[in-house]
Amino acid sequence: MSDVDFSVITFHSTSHAIQAERICKKRGIRIKLVPVPRDVSSDCGICIRFGRKDKEIILEALNEQNVEIANLVDIN
Amino acid sequence: MTDREIIYFDNAATSWPKPPGVAEKMSEFVNCVGANPGRSGHRLSIEAARIVFDAREKVTRLFNSDDPGRVVFGLNATEGLNLALKGVLRSGDHVITSGMEHNSVMRPLREMEKRNGIKVTVVKCSSTGHLDPDDLKSKITPETKMVVLNSASNVVGTLLPFSEVGKICREHGLLFTLDTAQTGGCYPVDMKKDNVDMLAFTGHKAMLGPQGIGGLVIGERVDTDGLIPLKQGGTGSRSELETHPSFLPDLCEAGTPNTVGAAGLEAGLDFILSETVEKIHCREQQLIKRLIEGMSGIPKIKLVGDPDPGSRVPTISFNIDGMQSSEVGLRLDDEFGIMCRVGLHCAPAAHRTLGTAPEGTVRFGLSYFTTEDQIDYAVDALIKISD
Repeated sequence: MSDVDFSVITFHSTSHAIQAERICKKRGIRIKLVPVPRDVSSDCGICIRFGRKDKEIILEALNEQNVEIANLVDIN
Repeated sequence: MTDREIIYFDNAATSWPKPPGVAEKMSEFVNCVGANPGRSGHRLSIEAARIVFDAREKVTRLFNSDDPGRVVFGLNATEGLNLALKGVLRSGDHVITSGMEHNSVMRPLREMEKRNGIKVTVVKCSSTGHLDPDDLKSKITPETKMVVLNSASNVVGTLLPFSEVGKICREHGLLFTLDTAQTGGCYPVDMKKDNVDMLAFTGHKAMLGPQGIGGLVIGERVDTDGLIPLKQGGTGSRSELETHPSFLPDLCEAGTPNTVGAAGLEAGLDFILSETVEKIHCREQQLIKRLIEGMSGIPKIKLVGDPDPGSRVPTISFNIDGMQSSEVGLRLDDEFGIMCRVGLHCAPAAHRTLGTAPEGTVRFGLSYFTTEDQIDYAVDALIKISD
């Protein structure tokens, strides 16, 4: 079992989620597109999951590229 | 089917053949991916969503816009134009267009004139199909909301002055909707430089993708709060709500998209972006010039439109003295294996402007893959037919 703490960022639309994956990949930030945990949201089917330590750099990258996020949630 | 070579000169209707990779990418999607993009969270659904996103992103590269999220996919340019017109114009709005439009513009406009109380001004073009931008400017009133313009005629291939018209629209605070059905992929269109607010495109002509995908690129100046989509439905987003999302592209994309079409379109755009639009345009100019030169030497051939309009797309219309266009088309196909389109080409307005209504014309539409041999053979065929 991993001892990394995860967070997820959800988006209003799949397009935005894919865009976010593209942006993070380009900057070498490790993220994974995963189904949105049901207890987090019923918004579009996929979100990005990442190590909590990368939260700030991801938010900064998405903000820079004008990718709107729906929510950021720390998950267990 | 004979084993004589067939010559496809109907690229203005749809392009064929497609470049290498298009059929393969579509096949790969059906066989190896197959999923519904973005609805489900599993790896194939994500892969399908990536394909659609990549296609959006390549459309933005072709037309120099910034946000792939503002590329709305639908069936074709007709759907894109319907969205631009019906989504934005309201009763009392005045819209200006030209005398060289395709029915994908004229029919929605005439319908909205009848049912929704919009006012339409059609700016007359010259008998060779040219539009004077100053003439268009003189038709602007305080009620004018939008100009909708064809970028190049599907009947005679001449370009309309869309860049100048875009500038006029920007100066007068009007929205500019451009129909790129005949230019997308083979003539440079730049949403920023040309001041285009809504760009309708179709995947299956010079964008070299399959039929069934096209749409509208919605520029930053269009207020999506006031934009009414053509349909509502499931989008895989805000699923807890029964109201339709208000953000792009979901606002205008209800239901499962044409993912296999997006895969094919992406492959077509890969080819175009690697060859470059400039190279494609240059080559097609050479080809159409050769064809026109050959045809000009045939006494009974009457070329329609401007024989030397400078830059153009590789489409030309003509008639043969004493023969109906339908007869010419049939003989070209039956006796020589040359395929083309005859009649009014869904553009009765253009034919009225050019003086070829109601009989219509024979139309040749070349592509980047047309060869000099095919052109010479066609000229020879025309000599024989017109004899």
